[in-house]
Amino acid sequence: MAEPVFNAESVPVLALGYRFQFEPAQNCNVLLYPEGMVKLNGAAGEILQRISEKKQTVAELIAELKVAFNGADLDDDVYTFLEEAYNNDWIRPE
Amino acid sequence: MTGSDQNKAPGSIGGSIGSVRDQIRQPLWLLAELTYACPLQCPYCSNPMDFASVKKELTTEEWLDVFRQARAMGATQLGLSGGEPLTRPDLVELITEARKMGFYTNLITSGVGMDASKVAELKQAGLDHIQVSFQASSEDLNNLIAGTDAFQHKIEMAKAVKANGYPMVLCFVTHRQNIDQMEDILDLAINLDADYVELATTQYYGWAMHNRDQLLPMKEQLERAEAVAHRYQQQQKGNMKIYYVVPDYYEERPKACMNGWGNVFLTVTPDGTALPCHAARELPGMSLPNVKDMSIDAIWNGSDDFNRFRGFDWMTEPCRSCDEKEKDFGGCRCQAFMLTGDPTNADPVCSKSPHHHLIEEALERGRLEAEKPITEAKPLVFRNPKNSKQICGL
Repeated sequence: MAEPVFNAESVPVLALGYRFQFEPAQNCNVLLYPEGMVKLNGAAGEILQRISEKKQTVAELIAELKVAFNGADLDDDVYTFLEEAYNNDWIRPE
Repeated sequence: MTGSDQNKAPGSIGGSIGSVRDQIRQPLWLLAELTYACPLQCPYCSNPMDFASVKKELTTEEWLDVFRQARAMGATQLGLSGGEPLTRPDLVELITEARKMGFYTNLITSGVGMDASKVAELKQAGLDHIQVSFQASSEDLNNLIAGTDAFQHKIEMAKAVKANGYPMVLCFVTHRQNIDQMEDILDLAINLDADYVELATTQYYGWAMHNRDQLLPMKEQLERAEAVAHRYQQQQKGNMKIYYVVPDYYEERPKACMNGWGNVFLTVTPDGTALPCHAARELPGMSLPNVKDMSIDAIWNGSDDFNRFRGFDWMTEPCRSCDEKEKDFGGCRCQAFMLTGDPTNADPVCSKSPHHHLIEEALERGRLEAEKPITEAKPLVFRNPKNSKQICGL
């Protein structure tokens, strides 16, 4: 396992050329990038939407998600997702 | 959710968008060939040989109507191509409107005719991505690397692309006459600080098919180029992404062309003809619906052309009973037609095809051509209106 890229203080941003948007025709959130598209599931959409709209630390992002999802214990899931998204080149730490 | 589709070439048409083929068919990818006008004459161009017969291009309003309709049907990616799209005086307007509609806008250009202020203007209009393709006849390339004016222009363009916050995607079309310069190509990309490099093998349609004997690389060239590309891929990991695609003539199985006929991909040509792929105009028996006469919905869902090779019922053997048919759909219909005379045949690239020997013979002809002394070699036929008219009797 590689060293994790993100910690509580990192600020994740979308990678260069990536755009988040909701697609009515697919009824889901997507990431668009040069000549490609990734359809996002619900959780990925919630996280990436926040990353695309506002620059904040991972700790702030998690706090916001907890408010939105009734205090669910989602820290580990968010960190796992962020690393996965980084490995896919979707996001990077600012 | 999966990110595995990330590993496809950014420049490969329909590449990663094919990952959504589990859903109903939507024209997710709209390729707008805005014009056949082009300041270049690349002999590997995929435009049809008779492009000079097209006189009348769609108007700005007609293009915007096409964009709106395709967008409403779910299209997310818009490729602006040609010819050279920069020759359209309304390019900025088209991009502005397309971006407002929610398209991810891709400009596929040679960069000829572009300057730093144009790059900034396009960014202002909302353009998401510029793919600069290098005209890669070996002479051009030598000139570039030797530091001519063209090279300086490219450097400036590349800097402007970077300065405006675009991801920099370079595309090199490789063929027999430049593939030995793989190191130079990749060093140039590194110097230009590219984010992505696509080493696109020439595909043999249109002008490239006409020049196939002179363009097909030889096996030993490919092996060497591939080794170089892989070495640079390792060195540049995390810095510059290099996509190297093996040419289908050297494969045992065909490409999943267009991710399936009429599945995700819609091309509209300069005169408004709607096609399931940019080479399909050459197939026999096409009705060639035009966006001026029919809605995109009617064309996509109802036209004979778009339904012609959907599903598997049209297939002949060995495809029909093949357990890999859902993976590659029998390959490319245009290649099957060009080489075997029947578009329902298996793509002869497939080693199961009874016509596979045609591929081997083409490679052999290429080798014989390559081994001729330069004085006897067939000259490349360049893509220009004069040659188009002469060859097609226009």
